Amino acid sequence: MNLTLLVLIAVLPLVGAILAGLFGRVIGRAGAHTVTILAVATSFVLSLHVLKQIYLDGVPAFDGPVYSWLISDGVKMDVGFLIDRLSTLMMVVVTFVSLCVHVYTIGYMSDDPGYTRFFSYISLFTFSMLMLVMSNNFMQLFFGWEAVGVVSYLLIGFWYTRPTAIFANYKAFLVNRVGDFGFVLGIAGVFYYTNSVGYAEAFAAAPKLAHAMLPLTSNTSVEAITLICICLFIGAMGKSAQVPLHVWLPDSMEGPTPISALIHAATMVTAGIFMVARMSPLFEQSETALSFVLIIGATTAFFMGLLGIVNNDIKRVIAYSTLSQLGYMVTALGVSAYSAGMFHLTTHAFFKALLFLAAGSVIIGMHHEQDMRKMGGLAKYMPITAITSWIGALALIGTPFFSGFYSKDTIIEAVGESHRWGATYAYWCVLGGVFVTALYTFRMIFMTFHGPERFRHADEAHSSSHGHDDHGPIEPHESPLVVTGPLIALAIPSVVIGALTAGPILFGGYFGDSIRVLENNDVLAELGKDFQSPVQMALHGFAGAPFWLAAAGVLTAWLFFLYRPQWADVAARKLAPIRNLLLNKYYFDWFNEKVLSTLARGLGFTLWKGGDQVLIDGVLVNGSAATISWFGSIVRRVQNGYLYAYAFWMVIGLAVMLGWFLVRS
Amino acid sequence: MQGFLSFLIWLPIAAGIVVLVLGDRHIGAGRWIALVASIVTLLISLPLLAHFNSGTPDFQFVENLPWIARFHANYALGVDGISLPLVVLTAFITIPVIVAAWTVIEARPAQYFAAFLIMEGLMIGVFSSTDALLFYFFWEAMLIPMFLIIGIWGGPRRVYATIKFFLYTFLGSVFMLVALIYMYVKAGDYSIASFQALPLTLVEQRWIFIAFFLAFAVKVPMWPVHTWLPDAHVEAPTGGSVILAAIMLKMGGYGFLRFNLPITPDASRQLDLIIIALSLIAVVYIGFVALVQQDMKKLIAYSSIAHMGFVTLGAFIVYQIVRSTGGLQGAGMGLDGAMVQMISHGLVSGALFLCVGVLYDRMHSRQIADYGGVINTMPIFAAFMVLFALANTGLPGTSGFVGEFLVILASFKASFWYSLLAATTLILGAAYTLWLVKRVVFGPVGNSKVAALTDLNGREFGVLAVLAVAVLLVGIWPAPLLKIMQPTIHHLVDQAVASKIPL
Repeated sequence: MNLTLLVLIAVLPLVGAILAGLFGRVIGRAGAHTVTILAVATSFVLSLHVLKQIYLDGVPAFDGPVYSWLISDGVKMDVGFLIDRLSTLMMVVVTFVSLCVHVYTIGYMSDDPGYTRFFSYISLFTFSMLMLVMSNNFMQLFFGWEAVGVVSYLLIGFWYTRPTAIFANYKAFLVNRVGDFGFVLGIAGVFYYTNSVGYAEAFAAAPKLAHAMLPLTSNTSVEAITLICICLFIGAMGKSAQVPLHVWLPDSMEGPTPISALIHAATMVTAGIFMVARMSPLFEQSETALSFVLIIGATTAFFMGLLGIVNNDIKRVIAYSTLSQLGYMVTALGVSAYSAGMFHLTTHAFFKALLFLAAGSVIIGMHHEQDMRKMGGLAKYMPITAITSWIGALALIGTPFFSGFYSKDTIIEAVGESHRWGATYAYWCVLGGVFVTALYTFRMIFMTFHGPERFRHADEAHSSSHGHDDHGPIEPHESPLVVTGPLIALAIPSVVIGALTAGPILFGGYFGDSIRVLENNDVLAELGKDFQSPVQMALHGFAGAPFWLAAAGVLTAWLFFLYRPQWADVAARKLAPIRNLLLNKYYFDWFNEKVLSTLARGLGFTLWKGGDQVLIDGVLVNGSAATISWFGSIVRRVQNGYLYAYAFWMVIGLAVMLGWFLVRS
Repeated sequence: MQGFLSFLIWLPIAAGIVVLVLGDRHIGAGRWIALVASIVTLLISLPLLAHFNSGTPDFQFVENLPWIARFHANYALGVDGISLPLVVLTAFITIPVIVAAWTVIEARPAQYFAAFLIMEGLMIGVFSSTDALLFYFFWEAMLIPMFLIIGIWGGPRRVYATIKFFLYTFLGSVFMLVALIYMYVKAGDYSIASFQALPLTLVEQRWIFIAFFLAFAVKVPMWPVHTWLPDAHVEAPTGGSVILAAIMLKMGGYGFLRFNLPITPDASRQLDLIIIALSLIAVVYIGFVALVQQDMKKLIAYSSIAHMGFVTLGAFIVYQIVRSTGGLQGAGMGLDGAMVQMISHGLVSGALFLCVGVLYDRMHSRQIADYGGVINTMPIFAAFMVLFALANTGLPGTSGFVGEFLVILASFKASFWYSLLAATTLILGAAYTLWLVKRVVFGPVGNSKVAALTDLNGREFGVLAVLAVAVLLVGIWPAPLLKIMQPTIHHLVDQAVASKIPL
């Protein structure tokens, strides 16, 4: 494979970002979106070319350095690429969604003063994400990992005058750093055993690692592989927003909608899933770590989905949905069904980006209103947005034949097939999650696009955070073509991508040896025995529990939010304690802000005032009376001014003396 | 290349004396002399980089002249892989300091520029001396200009800060002098190489180690002898803070590498846990303290202490690595990390103090609460500030990442727990640095003074842009820097693990 081509794929968006970012004023708004879109489009086309080479032409995977980053202590750390079927799939998904979002942004951000800056950021993001997925070593992985985090930080705080936005981006960065803290320890653990940061060395050492014990104290030790994998997974928990490090993702909705689609749904948050799939040779060696992954994922899948039911902000509902779906992917990883996790990642990227961009279209149509209680009946005014949203919703809840069905159903069956510790709990979580998903999704669809047009008499409570468009009753309108075009472009794969690729990706060995599963753990192989064709699988799906749970969820949503909305109020009253728990998001934010952050600041003050000022300065430095009086006498002499001149001439005298010695010799 | 090092030392000093003699009445010429001299100094240092042979740990570009014959002290200069990067860093950082002060310093500007030029020469002298007495001469002489800079151009509590700074560093180095004289008596001359070759009993080594430790720990500064630094920074003018953070703190780290490890290896092996413990306390304890600072300079000062914790941790991790793994793999990486961290911290903390200086020149306040929403009126400045802040949090792609990453990897070899405690900097560093950014840079315009701010002028832009390029360059391609250091670091590891106890 051609290295120049691979470098171009990664670097072109960086060039676009630099041009738009540093020379935005020179090239103008149109110049900025033209260069960035051209760059990303070229990356996408080249990625497709690589996919063709890798998958159809049978070109072997590429694993090689681009340049030597450093050599320390004989350890060579390179910037390099590993381009196999796993990374190629990610490259195509990332560049495609990024391209759609770039185009969409022309419409969505058209009246924003930060237009060129925004294009610069999303292109920079694309570069960072590509560096992450294309890497062949942990150092570069960590670079991409943190770089996408920084761009996310910049984009969540894009509207930097909003206090909520700059709180949200600080929170996002910090929570991600908690994950990265684990991640870097995991990398250090790998280095401890392999003296290398390369993937190849780590994978080669995996079987050996399975038996290694890492000493923690003089007489206790832990399984090295388990410690390493859990540390790495903590990184994934931060980036892919798994409980309890999920708290940043809902708040990240403070950013503009296009980045919610690109970063906080389709790509960056799936980096954790990709990473674990990439590290499958390591994770496979530790049952304990995989059970940990399984429990965390299943918990996120079910309990975060519940939060979507009580939220009224259209973007936050989708955000909680993303949390829940990420939980599904992680659950798949936890039962060694890495391919299924990656598959759900792919289908989810399309339909979730679609749902976010459609929500953005609604938000534009509603003049920057995000509260679903002030919407309703929009299908009449925004037909393309409504139809594409329906497609996204049907895919999300796993309707047979839609893309989401193939990936989600496979995950549920794989969990059912697994005998790993925690699989039973996980099975109930992912099964229950199906009902929950259908409920919150169609609650959103019904509240937004159907029923009474609540925006007509909601103007007294209209709370536009922008402070503009605040005049007269809202007249919703369909969005321009640059907005609806990407919706259509994403709706097509949201329907068909599952049926087209389920065979090869899940059961046909698409990933080849880029994902490694031990024979005993291979639940997908078990499922594959029954798989004949996508059509047969979908038809079979109508008879399964998930389908009926989803149908029940849709029906419930219809009953409570369309047919008899007053029932929802009754239910809210009857279930007040549960509703409060959900409205308070299980008190995670409360705990972090009121307990953890207070403790940290309290500790800081104690150490500063008590440690530095009282103990060290007070007792040790200024302690004795003699010191103080001596201090005083010196201070008096300094203050009369002569000491400065004296000291100055002293140093010059010394210098001259030294110089004289030199000249003389 | 003979005499280049002398040029590097004496050219800025001579220029400083010229500026001083010209005085404030000719400050127009004085400024330009200062600028040209500092640029020429940097230009002279570049051929050293180009001609440096990175295949040997030996001192290069050596000069050796008899200095004080009675004491067998020589005017001996030379650089190796650990001093050359610091020499170039010193030559580099002085330029932004001169430029940043261009029209800002109103009181006694000639003396101000002179002080920085003279200090530049003396600091380069510290890094390039291969004779211990010459080293000591530069080491002490360098304090005087800094003492004056804080004392004359400093803030309201400058006298307290100056005295505290002077006493701490002076008391620390007196013990070093005693140790040097003791070894001179045994070795017969002051050459650092002779000291390194000198066999010493464990008891001797322990006392010498402690004497050096006191001198260097104060300079770094290590907890608990760090409290002079926040006071000195707060009171120092911008240039003083930059030099203090970027170069002076490095002398402590340099001293540990040049004296403690090779001269007292057995004592280092015995006392390394103390240094490791103090380093980790610096990272964690100081990280929490930085979290609650209300003064921008204090916050960055505390952040410096935490970052320097990585330097001392990386330097002294070698013995624990041997104990834990039985091998030396990772020891060199720790030292590499320590060195890169020093260079990086020089660039990043220097840049952050310059950023604070830019704000201070406009608002005359360092209080975080007086700011808010600076990005609205100073977007270009905000971009630089955010970049340097992210570098301060150790973001990959910036210089701040390289050293921390290497030290975290190396310390895992010694103990999982060291690595874990060191890695808390990822969280704490981000917490205090980005909280500073959140409160100062982002948000709605905080008050009418912020609303009236003007963005960077060309001079300020140039200064920050050059530093930004350096920060990114070291982050994206650190290989050349590490290549220079490699043989010296390798040699240093050998010295550190070889026993010097006479049989």
